[in-house]
Amino acid sequence: MGTILSAKGLNKNFGAVMAAADINVDVEEHSIVGLIGGNGAGKTTFINMVTGYLKPASGTIHYAGRDITPLIPREITQLGICRSFQIPQLFGTLTVRENLLVALGIVVLEAKKFASAATLRTENVDAIADETLARFRLTEYRDKLAGYLPEGVRKLLDIAMAMVVKPQVLLLDEPTSGVSADEKFVLMDMVMDALRADRVTILFVEHDMEIVSRYTHRVLAFYEGRIIADGEPDAVLHDDEVIKYVIGNIHASATARGSSHAPA
Amino acid sequence: MNRSDRTLVGLGVALPVFLVAGWFLPNWLQSLLVLALGKGLVVVGLVLLMRTGLVSFGQGLYYCLGAYAAVSVGRIFKLPDSILMSDAIVMPLFGGLVAGVVALVLGFLLANYRAIFFAMLSLAFSMILYGLLVKMSVLGSSDGFNLAYKTVVGITVPAQAQLYTLYAVSVVMVFIVAFALHRYLRSHFGRLAEAVRDNELRVEYMGTSVRYVVHVNYVIAAVLAGLGGGLVGLSIGHVDPDLAYWTTSGEFVFVAVLGGTGNVAAPILASLVFEWIKSAAYQYAPYTWQMVLGICLLLVIMFLPAGLWSVFKRGAGRA
Amino acid sequence: MTGLVSVLIDGVIYSSYLFIIAVGLTLIYGVMKILNMAHGSLYALGAYVTATLVGYWFAGGFNPYFSFLLLPLAAVAVGLVAGPVIERGLLRFMYGKDEIVLVLVTYAVLLILEDVIKLVWGVESYSAFQPYGLLGNFDVAGLPYTVYDAMLVVVAILVGVALTYVLTQTRQGKLLLAVIHDREVSAAMGINVGRVYLVTFTAGTMLAALGGALIAPKVSVVPAMGVEVIVLAFAVVVIGGLGSLPGAALGACIVGLVRSAAVHFLPEVELFSIYFVMALVLIFRPKGLFSAPEARKI
Repeated sequence: MGTILSAKGLNKNFGAVMAAADINVDVEEHSIVGLIGGNGAGKTTFINMVTGYLKPASGTIHYAGRDITPLIPREITQLGICRSFQIPQLFGTLTVRENLLVALGIVVLEAKKFASAATLRTENVDAIADETLARFRLTEYRDKLAGYLPEGVRKLLDIAMAMVVKPQVLLLDEPTSGVSADEKFVLMDMVMDALRADRVTILFVEHDMEIVSRYTHRVLAFYEGRIIADGEPDAVLHDDEVIKYVIGNIHASATARGSSHAPA
Repeated sequence: MNRSDRTLVGLGVALPVFLVAGWFLPNWLQSLLVLALGKGLVVVGLVLLMRTGLVSFGQGLYYCLGAYAAVSVGRIFKLPDSILMSDAIVMPLFGGLVAGVVALVLGFLLANYRAIFFAMLSLAFSMILYGLLVKMSVLGSSDGFNLAYKTVVGITVPAQAQLYTLYAVSVVMVFIVAFALHRYLRSHFGRLAEAVRDNELRVEYMGTSVRYVVHVNYVIAAVLAGLGGGLVGLSIGHVDPDLAYWTTSGEFVFVAVLGGTGNVAAPILASLVFEWIKSAAYQYAPYTWQMVLGICLLLVIMFLPAGLWSVFKRGAGRA
Repeated sequence: MTGLVSVLIDGVIYSSYLFIIAVGLTLIYGVMKILNMAHGSLYALGAYVTATLVGYWFAGGFNPYFSFLLLPLAAVAVGLVAGPVIERGLLRFMYGKDEIVLVLVTYAVLLILEDVIKLVWGVESYSAFQPYGLLGNFDVAGLPYTVYDAMLVVVAILVGVALTYVLTQTRQGKLLLAVIHDREVSAAMGINVGRVYLVTFTAGTMLAALGGALIAPKVSVVPAMGVEVIVLAFAVVVIGGLGSLPGAALGACIVGLVRSAAVHFLPEVELFSIYFVMALVLIFRPKGLFSAPEARKI
């Protein structure tokens, strides 16, 4: 297991707002990393830079040894890094099934460029779409327009589309936000099960500390563009600075008691 | 039989009906149909662009290029009378080709724009052509020139059969285009048009180029407009710079909205309805037909956002 | 040398009335996010009403110098009637819709107005030439110009100054600027956005009609004039930046001078040159020469 993703000295600011201040991270292959921090701490900016949507003011990002800093989202996706979005980015006037067909169609069209996708034969596309629908329990929504779905379903579809490409690294931006409390674990279980087989490296932004402590091997805590803590979930969630700037005291003590019990 | 096959069967049945029935129709109606079919092709291209999320207020550029192309090349380069300037199939095809080449070049620029800026830039380019043609005396300036055809794929056509021949050529071309476009829109690449319209960011993040999709569809729309222009030029027997004036492009947009973007046949049908109403209105109410158009456009926008086509498809859901 | 002076002065005159027309268009877009295709027809309406009024005035043998009052009168009349009718009677119901749909709506209004004009005034051309030569001529570098044209330039400058003052110094004007900046926040702050829209559209209409009124004594008033001017107004507004007042001024100057130069030196490229410049600007500065920065989306 080596380092698959490496960020060195990333800096980015928007006017007076420090979105990234000397970020240095090495992500191990096959690991699951949680990114926590308050709003505006720099988590989404980090994802935006890794996926090429934003260019850092300085610093580099390497993926499997290759410098991807100057690349654009399309090229980075082709190399094997995918992401889901805080606000699900779907094709609103198409049905759920059609959304997946578009995603699969792109993989077929760009088959030569996709480094990690299993090459799909055109005839398979319909079957794979249906199978993906089943895997994410979206079958009942297959003919509904994506623009009119409940939030949790939209999130699932968003993630399902990101996974169609069979990425090596998957960045999930707040996968459970907007999802009702009782569905959060269901969603995460589903996503993690689907990803486990392919041993995908996962980074996800999350505000729910129970989810963070349950699913991650490692947690990065962001504050004002810096990583203020980096380590195992238990350690990070009890770190003084993290408690001060991210979690807050009341929740911290709740997590201390509750992190070891299995969710309902 | 699913919806897709139904359209194909419908087209397959309608083609011979159109061809046979045309023989018995009065001349004025055959002429009108050629006009409507030719313009319908322009609108089909425009609808493809609208499906990609772009409204072009400048298809007149390619429509005019298509109508002018064959004869203009002959005049400018002083070519002898040849198949290029007198064949009912070669002329429109050449028009489509020229339009396609120009669109290929302009597309590099236009594919960077969206919404109002795309609309205005496309309008600007069509007005640039208008401005050029109005001052080109070799092409007749603002009077334009007359044109006619004598052959079909080299075979000379007797004068009495010329109208029907042009009609038949138009019908066949339109049906081939409808069939091809239907298949295209159901292909992996064709499906990207609506995806681009809905969410460009997602398309890029899925790993394919939005610019490329826009560029390709822009060229296809231009080729269709050029083809249509070629047919219309032959039908009317005359071309002039007004074909590139922005109000001509506006008419195409009107018909596109009328028909909606649901189906490949919709623009053709809408064009037929439009041309028929227009010719009747010119006769009976020359000072009010534009007003009627304007009111119809408003009504369609307010009550039928999916165009007239949605009336036919009510109950069948999205086409 | 005379050539250059001539180009400059003709350019400035042409720019002046372009500015008056374009500033209304850019204001409407800036506040309401509507690219008003019917703007040219309102300009034409202004010209026709002026021509009619001037015709009656001189036929009635009234004092010719007071005929100048008819021009702004026509503009205000057209604005006060057409503006609210179109805005309250139609546009108001379309506000939620996509920008391009609104363009189509105004295109429909254009089609309707074109025929209204034909129905009321017919297709013959009208003229209202009498006021044009009334104030006499003067010479610049040996070239004759009418005082009317000089007045046109002055009016354009006054319009620009007055609008700038109203927008930046008065309360109503600042409300308008707020709505231009962000409609939702303005509404949330309690600004009556609906009324702002009505005022803006009416003002824009008056300005278009004023442009037409001012041009009527110089040209032959024909049905095609609306459709011709709208593309010029677009070019000006796009070059200057949609929604920008100084942009409209700069755009008008550029288009006016380019056209003037073309007419003087190479008349064949007159039309071509204007749209070519517009295309050029769109290529290098897609949002126009004066444009606001945009916020991040994801």
